[in-house]
Amino acid sequence: MKVNLVYFAWVRERIGKGEEEIDLPDSVVTVRDLLEHLKGLGEEYENAFQYTNVIRVAINQEHVEHDEPIAGAREIGIFPPMTGG
Amino acid sequence: MTAPTIRVQSENFDLQVEIDALTAGRKDIGAVVTFTGLCRDEQGQLFALELEHYPGMAEAEMRRIADLAMTRFSLLGLTAIHRYGKILPGENIVLVIAAAPHRQAAFDGANFVMDFLKTAAPFWKKEHAADGTAGEWVPAKDADDAAREKWR
Repeated sequence: MKVNLVYFAWVRERIGKGEEEIDLPDSVVTVRDLLEHLKGLGEEYENAFQYTNVIRVAINQEHVEHDEPIAGAREIGIFPPMTGG
Repeated sequence: MTAPTIRVQSENFDLQVEIDALTAGRKDIGAVVTFTGLCRDEQGQLFALELEHYPGMAEAEMRRIADLAMTRFSLLGLTAIHRYGKILPGENIVLVIAAAPHRQAAFDGANFVMDFLKTAAPFWKKEHAADGTAGEWVPAKDADDAAREKWR
Protein backbone atom coordinates (compact mmCIF):
# COMPACT_ATOMS: atom_id res chain seq x y z
CA MET A 1 0.00 0.00 0.00
CA LYS A 2 1.32 3.42 -1.01
CA VAL A 3 0.71 6.27 1.40
CA ASN A 4 1.76 9.90 1.71
CA LEU A 5 3.41 10.71 5.04
CA VAL A 6 3.74 14.27 6.35
CA TYR A 7 5.95 15.18 9.31
CA PHE A 8 5.92 18.23 11.57
CA ALA A 9 8.05 20.00 14.20
CA TRP A 10 10.85 17.88 15.69
CA VAL A 11 9.66 14.73 13.93
CA ARG A 12 10.21 16.56 10.60
CA GLU A 13 13.59 17.92 11.71
CA ARG A 14 14.89 14.56 12.94
CA ILE A 15 13.82 12.71 9.77
CA GLY A 16 15.16 15.54 7.62
CA LYS A 17 12.12 15.95 5.35
CA GLY A 18 8.56 17.25 5.53
CA GLU A 19 6.86 14.58 3.47
CA GLU A 20 7.39 11.43 1.47
CA GLU A 21 5.44 8.71 -0.27
CA ILE A 22 6.28 5.23 0.91
CA ASP A 23 5.21 1.74 -0.03
CA LEU A 24 4.18 -0.26 3.03
CA PRO A 25 4.33 -4.06 3.39
CA ASP A 26 1.03 -5.88 4.07
CA SER A 27 2.19 -6.59 7.63
CA VAL A 28 1.64 -2.92 8.52
CA VAL A 29 -1.99 -2.79 9.65
CA THR A 30 -2.29 -0.21 12.43
CA VAL A 31 -0.73 3.15 13.25
CA ARG A 32 1.43 1.34 15.85
CA ASP A 33 2.72 -1.05 13.13
CA LEU A 34 3.49 1.95 10.92
CA LEU A 35 5.56 3.69 13.60
CA GLU A 36 7.51 0.47 14.30
CA HIS A 37 8.08 0.00 10.56
CA LEU A 38 9.36 3.58 10.16
CA LYS A 39 11.69 3.12 13.12
CA GLY A 40 13.52 0.46 11.13
CA LEU A 41 14.17 2.66 8.08
CA GLY A 42 17.43 4.19 9.33
CA GLU A 43 19.15 6.17 12.04
CA GLU A 44 17.17 9.37 11.48
CA TYR A 45 13.86 7.49 11.79
CA GLU A 46 15.09 5.63 14.86
CA ASN A 47 15.95 9.01 16.35
CA ALA A 48 12.52 10.48 15.55
CA PHE A 49 10.58 7.45 16.81
CA GLN A 50 12.64 6.50 19.86
CA TYR A 51 9.59 6.95 22.11
CA THR A 52 6.62 6.09 19.92
CA ASN A 53 4.11 6.54 22.78
CA VAL A 54 4.53 10.35 22.62
CA ILE A 55 3.99 10.49 18.85
CA ARG A 56 0.62 11.79 17.61
CA VAL A 57 -0.90 10.65 14.34
CA ALA A 58 -3.64 11.95 12.06
CA ILE A 59 -5.19 9.99 9.19
CA ASN A 60 -6.64 12.16 6.41
CA GLN A 61 -6.20 15.15 8.75
CA GLU A 62 -8.13 13.71 11.71
CA HIS A 63 -6.54 12.60 15.00
CA VAL A 64 -6.41 8.83 15.56
CA GLU A 65 -5.16 6.49 18.29
CA HIS A 66 -2.24 4.10 17.76
CA ASP A 67 -4.53 1.08 17.42
CA GLU A 68 -6.36 2.62 14.43
CA PRO A 69 -6.10 0.64 11.16
CA ILE A 70 -4.44 2.64 8.37
CA ALA A 71 -6.30 0.93 5.50
CA GLY A 72 -7.64 3.53 3.08
CA ALA A 73 -5.44 6.36 4.37
CA ARG A 74 -4.41 8.86 1.70
CA GLU A 75 -2.35 11.06 4.00
CA ILE A 76 -0.90 10.23 7.40
CA GLY A 77 0.40 13.11 9.52
CA ILE A 78 3.00 12.24 12.17
CA PHE A 79 4.00 14.80 14.80
CA PRO A 80 4.84 15.53 18.46
CA PRO A 81 2.23 16.68 21.01
CA MET A 82 0.79 20.03 19.96
CA THR A 83 1.88 23.29 21.59
CA GLY A 84 -0.19 26.01 19.92
CA GLY A 85 -2.53 28.52 21.45
CA MET B 1 -26.74 30.26 14.84
CA THR B 2 -24.03 31.56 12.54
CA ALA B 3 -21.21 29.29 11.40
CA PRO B 4 -17.96 29.93 13.31
CA THR B 5 -15.29 32.07 11.66
CA ILE B 6 -12.00 30.14 11.54
CA ARG B 7 -8.75 31.56 10.20
CA VAL B 8 -5.13 30.42 10.15
CA GLN B 9 -2.93 33.28 8.95
CA SER B 10 0.57 34.75 9.20
CA GLU B 11 -0.61 38.35 9.50
CA ASN B 12 -1.77 40.05 12.68
CA PHE B 13 -5.46 40.48 13.58
CA ASP B 14 -7.40 43.44 14.94
CA LEU B 15 -9.51 42.60 17.99
CA GLN B 16 -12.07 45.36 17.47
CA VAL B 17 -12.52 44.58 13.77
CA GLU B 18 -13.20 40.93 14.64
CA ILE B 19 -15.68 41.78 17.42
CA ASP B 20 -17.51 44.18 15.10
CA ALA B 21 -17.70 41.53 12.36
CA LEU B 22 -19.20 39.05 14.83
CA THR B 23 -21.79 41.40 16.33
CA ALA B 24 -22.74 43.59 13.32
CA GLY B 25 -26.52 43.84 12.93
CA ARG B 26 -27.19 41.42 15.81
CA LYS B 27 -29.65 42.23 18.57
CA ASP B 28 -29.69 38.82 20.25
CA ILE B 29 -26.13 38.88 21.63
CA GLY B 30 -25.87 39.86 25.29
CA ALA B 31 -22.29 38.82 26.02
CA VAL B 32 -19.00 38.80 24.12
CA VAL B 33 -15.90 37.22 25.68
CA THR B 34 -12.53 37.51 23.96
CA PHE B 35 -9.24 35.78 24.67
CA THR B 36 -6.00 36.96 23.09
CA GLY B 37 -2.79 34.96 23.45
CA LEU B 38 0.44 36.95 23.08
CA CYS B 39 4.10 36.04 22.74
CA ARG B 40 6.04 36.57 26.03
CA ASP B 41 9.74 37.46 26.08
CA GLU B 42 10.41 35.03 28.98
CA GLN B 43 12.29 37.68 31.02
CA GLY B 44 14.30 38.78 28.01
CA GLN B 45 15.43 35.23 27.10
CA LEU B 46 13.23 34.89 24.03
CA PHE B 47 13.93 36.60 20.71
CA ALA B 48 11.01 35.11 18.76
CA LEU B 49 8.60 32.21 18.48
CA GLU B 50 8.23 30.24 15.29
CA LEU B 51 4.76 28.74 14.88
CA GLU B 52 4.55 25.70 12.61
CA HIS B 53 1.17 24.29 11.58
CA TYR B 54 -0.35 21.44 9.58
CA PRO B 55 -2.00 23.29 6.67
CA GLY B 56 -5.55 22.09 6.10
CA MET B 57 -5.76 20.06 9.28
CA ALA B 58 -5.17 23.14 11.47
CA GLU B 59 -8.30 24.80 10.03
CA ALA B 60 -10.26 21.52 10.06
CA GLU B 61 -9.44 20.80 13.70
CA MET B 62 -10.21 24.38 14.79
CA ARG B 63 -13.55 24.06 13.02
CA ARG B 64 -14.31 20.75 14.78
CA ILE B 65 -13.52 22.35 18.15
CA ALA B 66 -15.56 25.47 17.31
CA ASP B 67 -18.58 23.40 16.23
CA LEU B 68 -18.46 21.43 19.50
CA ALA B 69 -18.39 24.69 21.48
CA MET B 70 -21.26 26.24 19.48
CA THR B 71 -23.49 23.27 20.25
CA ARG B 72 -22.41 22.62 23.83
CA PHE B 73 -22.78 26.23 25.03
CA SER B 74 -25.52 27.33 22.58
CA LEU B 75 -23.29 30.14 21.35
CA LEU B 76 -24.60 32.79 18.97
CA GLY B 77 -21.22 33.31 17.33
CA LEU B 78 -17.61 32.24 17.53
CA THR B 79 -14.36 33.44 15.96
CA ALA B 80 -11.03 31.65 16.27
CA ILE B 81 -7.88 32.97 14.60
CA HIS B 82 -4.44 31.39 14.98
CA ARG B 83 -1.27 32.88 13.51
CA TYR B 84 1.73 30.97 12.15
CA GLY B 85 5.27 31.95 11.20
CA LYS B 86 7.69 34.11 13.17
CA ILE B 87 6.09 36.00 16.07
CA LEU B 88 7.98 38.50 18.23
CA PRO B 89 7.44 39.17 21.95
CA GLY B 90 4.46 41.46 22.43
CA GLU B 91 2.75 40.29 19.23
CA ASN B 92 -0.53 38.37 19.03
CA ILE B 93 -0.62 34.60 18.53
CA VAL B 94 -4.24 33.54 18.93
CA LEU B 95 -7.71 35.07 19.25
CA VAL B 96 -10.98 33.50 20.40
CA ILE B 97 -14.24 35.42 20.55
CA ALA B 98 -17.40 33.79 21.90
CA ALA B 99 -20.81 35.45 21.73
CA ALA B 100 -23.89 34.30 23.65
CA PRO B 101 -27.12 35.66 25.11
CA HIS B 102 -25.56 35.62 28.64
CA ARG B 103 -22.06 35.85 30.07
CA GLN B 104 -21.58 32.32 31.46
CA ALA B 105 -21.95 30.60 28.09
CA ALA B 106 -19.62 33.15 26.48
CA PHE B 107 -16.93 32.67 29.17
CA ASP B 108 -17.24 28.88 29.06
CA GLY B 109 -17.27 28.78 25.25
CA ALA B 110 -14.06 30.81 24.96
CA ASN B 111 -12.38 28.77 27.72
CA PHE B 112 -13.42 25.46 26.14
CA VAL B 113 -12.13 26.48 22.70
CA MET B 114 -8.75 27.55 24.11
CA ASP B 115 -8.32 24.36 26.17
CA PHE B 116 -8.95 22.19 23.10
CA LEU B 117 -7.04 24.45 20.74
CA LYS B 118 -3.88 24.11 22.84
CA THR B 119 -3.98 20.30 22.94
CA ALA B 120 -5.68 19.26 19.69
CA ALA B 121 -5.08 21.91 17.01
CA PRO B 122 -1.93 20.99 15.06
CA PHE B 123 0.41 23.89 15.88
CA TRP B 124 3.92 23.70 17.34
CA LYS B 125 6.03 26.45 18.89
CA LYS B 126 9.78 26.70 18.49
CA GLU B 127 11.69 29.19 20.62
CA HIS B 128 14.49 31.29 19.23
CA ALA B 129 16.70 32.52 22.07
CA ALA B 130 17.80 36.14 22.49
CA ASP B 131 21.45 34.99 22.54
CA GLY B 132 21.07 33.64 18.99
CA THR B 133 21.32 29.96 19.91
CA ALA B 134 19.41 27.39 17.90
CA GLY B 135 15.71 27.10 18.71
CA GLU B 136 14.17 24.49 20.98
CA TRP B 137 10.70 23.06 20.46
CA VAL B 138 8.40 23.98 23.34
CA PRO B 139 7.46 20.81 25.28
CA ALA B 140 3.76 20.03 25.75
CA LYS B 141 2.49 20.76 29.26
CA ASP B 142 0.59 18.22 31.40
CA ALA B 143 -1.35 21.20 32.80
CA ASP B 144 -2.82 21.81 29.32
CA ASP B 145 -4.05 18.20 29.11
CA ALA B 146 -5.50 18.52 32.62
CA ALA B 147 -7.28 21.75 31.61
CA ARG B 148 -8.95 19.90 28.75
CA GLU B 149 -10.03 17.00 30.96
CA LYS B 150 -12.30 19.24 33.04
CA TRP B 151 -14.72 19.44 30.07
CA ARG B 152 -15.34 15.67 29.98
